[in-house]
Amino acid sequence: MLKILKYSFYDLMRSRWSYVYFAFYLLLGVVLLFLNNDLSKAVITLMNVIIVLVPLIGTIFGVMYYYNSKEFTELLLAQPLKRSSIFLGQYLGVAISLSMSLILGLGIPFVFYGLFMSNAIWDFSLLLITGTFLTFIFTALAFNIALSNENRIKGFGYAILLWLFLAIIYDGIFLMSLIIFEDYPLDKLSLVGTMLNPIDLSRTLILLKLDISALLGYTGAVFKQFFGTSLGLIISFAALTLWVVLPVLRITMKAKKKDF
Amino acid sequence: MIEIKDLYKKFGKNEVLSGLNLEIGDGGIFAVLGPNGSGKTTLIKCLLGMVIPNKGAISVLGENIKNGSDYRHQIDYLPQIANFPNNLKVKELITMIKDLRGNVNLDKELISLFKLDPFLDKKLGNLSGGTKQKVNLVLTFMFDSPLVILDEPTSGLDPISLLRLKKLIQAEKAKGKTILITSHIMSFVEEISDEIVFLLEGKIYFKGTITELKNKTNQPDFEHAIASILTDNHA
Repeated sequence: MLKILKYSFYDLMRSRWSYVYFAFYLLLGVVLLFLNNDLSKAVITLMNVIIVLVPLIGTIFGVMYYYNSKEFTELLLAQPLKRSSIFLGQYLGVAISLSMSLILGLGIPFVFYGLFMSNAIWDFSLLLITGTFLTFIFTALAFNIALSNENRIKGFGYAILLWLFLAIIYDGIFLMSLIIFEDYPLDKLSLVGTMLNPIDLSRTLILLKLDISALLGYTGAVFKQFFGTSLGLIISFAALTLWVVLPVLRITMKAKKKDF
Repeated sequence: MIEIKDLYKKFGKNEVLSGLNLEIGDGGIFAVLGPNGSGKTTLIKCLLGMVIPNKGAISVLGENIKNGSDYRHQIDYLPQIANFPNNLKVKELITMIKDLRGNVNLDKELISLFKLDPFLDKKLGNLSGGTKQKVNLVLTFMFDSPLVILDEPTSGLDPISLLRLKKLIQAEKAKGKTILITSHIMSFVEEISDEIVFLLEGKIYFKGTITELKNKTNQPDFEHAIASILTDNHA
């Protein structure tokens, strides 16, 4: 698996898109710092961007990589390699190289701005960790979609729908249901609702750490009240990990049964 | 070498292999023939574990292929359509496959046999179809495994490379290898193969030498013999 990972990683590192992605974050970091002139504020702005953008890039890149390397995957399948190691290797290659672009692209400007001397360092690290989690989650979901759909156009369609649903529509439905059922106790429901969407979960996680009650919203408040900050952090991390593990398990299961 | 028992495979509602039984002994060149959609490629992909059969058992060199991927160390496979990562150089691809599968030294000989030296530093995306096929051939033959499977090996090759390929296949046979070929070019099959395996509607319709086939169909030449099977069964 490590060999496949190595080659997928190199392959992506040489592709133009990794650099574009890296350059975009570099620019974003520099501009935000320049405009905000304050590390903590830049972290909050960055959160709003990362939480929407990282899932989008993860999904699109994952689907694109899978379909583009399909013929090559077939070449690998005829070699004495395990199926699970081929697909996990490719998945990790994509996820790691995307995470690298994110961490380096945002890290470099913040480090130069004096991150290590400020107390925003933990908030910023948490932001990067969540971004990495989101990359791993959405790349895994993208691989699931691509493995289940032979038709590229369909695969891309589902991938974008998934992103749209989790990033935007889900929140809308969630909010509507809170309004419609406002006469009932909704704490449990909203807790579960947050856990079921990795984007919401990441947002709550970061806001819990930043401790900005104004931005916390209803779910965040419930979350905080229910778990307290540190338990809330642990539980949301556990849920994020589960969000990585389950799709990855499905990748290996699906890959075992698929015909090429 | 290969033993296939009662193999079934469906893609959706389309039953491609329906109870196929086949035994292939050690050594020799076997041509797998059949009309389009008769299941040749599916059969080969089942052998390689790329397509998972609905029912039936396959064993290669006495090992059931369900037991793992290690048996593929014994197989060299040439896929029908050679599509490689486009931004990789020929040299890099060869090193990579060697790295994935274990070291070999036959690649140098094969590269000079197919005159690929000038292309080693070129990117695979810039190669012509025929040159890609040659790279494909090098990747296939460099491992020197006892079982060689070639899916349409002649596609895109110029006459000179075709001659070299035929010589190469004969040389491999002389080493005692078992070679499985699918091709639609009957003259190539007639010239090179020892035995024919004819697939029709997901079953083995005929297995034997070309002479036996000619006798069975009462046709003087090979091409007509094949054609007569097809017309008899579709009339």
